[in-house]
Amino acid sequence: MLQQIEGSAAVAKAVAMCRPEVIAAYPITPQTHIVEGLGEMVKRGDVGACQFMNVESEFGAMSTCIGSAAAGARTYTATSSQGMLFMMEAVYNASGMGLPIVMTVGNRAIGPPINIWNDWSDSMSARDAAWIQLFVEDNQQALDVHIQAFRLAEAASLPVMVCMDGFILTHAYTRVDVPKQEQVDQFLPEFQPRQVLDPEAPVTMGAMVGPEAFAEVRFLAHYKQLEALDLIPEQAAAFREIFGRDSGGLLKSFEAEGKKTVVVTMGSVIGSMKSVLADMRAEGTSIGALAIRSYRPFPSEALRAALADAERVIVFEKSLAVGIGGILAGDVRMALGGLPARVYSVIGGLGGRPITQDNLRRMFDKGVRDELEEPHFHDISMDVIRRELERLKTMQRPGPSAESILRDVGLADTARTI
Amino acid sequence: MFEIRIHGRGGQGVVTAAEMLSIAAFEEGKHSQAIPSFGSERMGAPVVAYVRIDDEPIELCEPVMSPDLLIIQDPTLFHSVDVFSGLAADGFVLINTSREVEELHIEEVVQRLPEHHVATVAATELAMRHLGRPTPNTVLLGALTALTDVIHLSSVVKAINDKFSGEVAERNVSAAQSAHDEAHAA
Repeated sequence: MLQQIEGSAAVAKAVAMCRPEVIAAYPITPQTHIVEGLGEMVKRGDVGACQFMNVESEFGAMSTCIGSAAAGARTYTATSSQGMLFMMEAVYNASGMGLPIVMTVGNRAIGPPINIWNDWSDSMSARDAAWIQLFVEDNQQALDVHIQAFRLAEAASLPVMVCMDGFILTHAYTRVDVPKQEQVDQFLPEFQPRQVLDPEAPVTMGAMVGPEAFAEVRFLAHYKQLEALDLIPEQAAAFREIFGRDSGGLLKSFEAEGKKTVVVTMGSVIGSMKSVLADMRAEGTSIGALAIRSYRPFPSEALRAALADAERVIVFEKSLAVGIGGILAGDVRMALGGLPARVYSVIGGLGGRPITQDNLRRMFDKGVRDELEEPHFHDISMDVIRRELERLKTMQRPGPSAESILRDVGLADTARTI
Repeated sequence: MFEIRIHGRGGQGVVTAAEMLSIAAFEEGKHSQAIPSFGSERMGAPVVAYVRIDDEPIELCEPVMSPDLLIIQDPTLFHSVDVFSGLAADGFVLINTSREVEELHIEEVVQRLPEHHVATVAATELAMRHLGRPTPNTVLLGALTALTDVIHLSSVVKAINDKFSGEVAERNVSAAQSAHDEAHAA
């Protein structure tokens, strides 16, 4: 049924229809509305026998999820930003134990400086945590991919993060098609745990492993992720059969085939890019885009095939590996090793800086002329940075740069009160 | 595509107004999108929210830079925020004030817009009368339906009933209806 609802409400409805048995979560902006919504539904009795566990922190949330998934219960949580950092040790444990927990990440910057807005710093900080990480482009996909995530997690016996841009998607009201419970039940079989605590058949989860076997266990984690490269398109195909929509999969082409320049990105920004690229094509520029939907496992082969003939690849991402450049760009370069395409790393939208069609167009125009620096920081003020560098050089005690840059851009009151 | 930007202050229901507008558009069979631009959620701090309405699916997700309609929930914002930034040449402006347009010192804006495109409504006073609290958002949505035909009053009423229930919904509906009747073009 078509509904005009908030992205967070769409996710909450999707999760509820997946019949979770345990939800343990701690509120943090911008994912809070998701777990608030689920909390209300559980309390009303709309989610069957689901237990909503109030926990004292994100570390408690993930630890509770580990316990419940290990006991064989379908388990869900959500987090963002510093909350994800706080649960990080348990995040690694969940994947190491092969527990199929589904977690929404309402993507938000990591401070300092403290910032509640969108970028991908949080889920990127867990990119090596051996979770599957799926990115969504709009709220229909957010709803659909959560349903796929439970089936995928349980088939692979791996935890899955669904990454959605905070505020831009979590807080946007848009039209979404909410499926029927029967459709979800048809798609998602009952949870048959592969790893379970059973007094009749005792096992040790999280055994200590020394140098004699650690590398083999880690290789297996890598191998299991690569197996998911087959599972993910299978789930998307099965989903299309029942729901009639294209959602999920490894990556999605937006007229990238045969183009000289291909933009590679993830998440909601593709929505703003599509019409900019269509305009450029109409003017005769050979340009298209690819949206990566499965970031972990990384679809290296599919990407190589899609970019085999590209001359130029512009990787646009809302994440920065300080000291080198783009994180996604690094992965794309590794995947494309040996291919002729020049790969440009563009970093933008950090801490919620609006990405507009105007500034995208300017950047793409520079890109097709091979004029982008390496890496290129999208839409930042070099004047502000030059002034602050000068201050740092000339003052004996310059104080925090975050505060003085705020003063420079005319937000000194904000610096004092937030 | 019709683009709307709503300016107000924390506590005035700016974000809720945008959400209700998007629901009202949905009720009319249109595609729409409401996005808030959150700051830290403090009472009184400037807040902006955006709405897009179109017959086609809306894919872009940037802030509204060139609004076709501005809703100003608090005219004291004129002093601190460039609320008119990017306003379309044939755009509409709806201002919550008990004063006349002539008293607001925005002649420059009024003059470059077509006649009857700037309207005022004493939304806070109407809200106090109907709701007993100074939340002008549903009042302004009612007034908006008198200013343009982008959204109809019946759809706003449906959106209010979607967001609220019981007596709160009834009071908001009557507030929106009287604002629709009272809104006057300058």
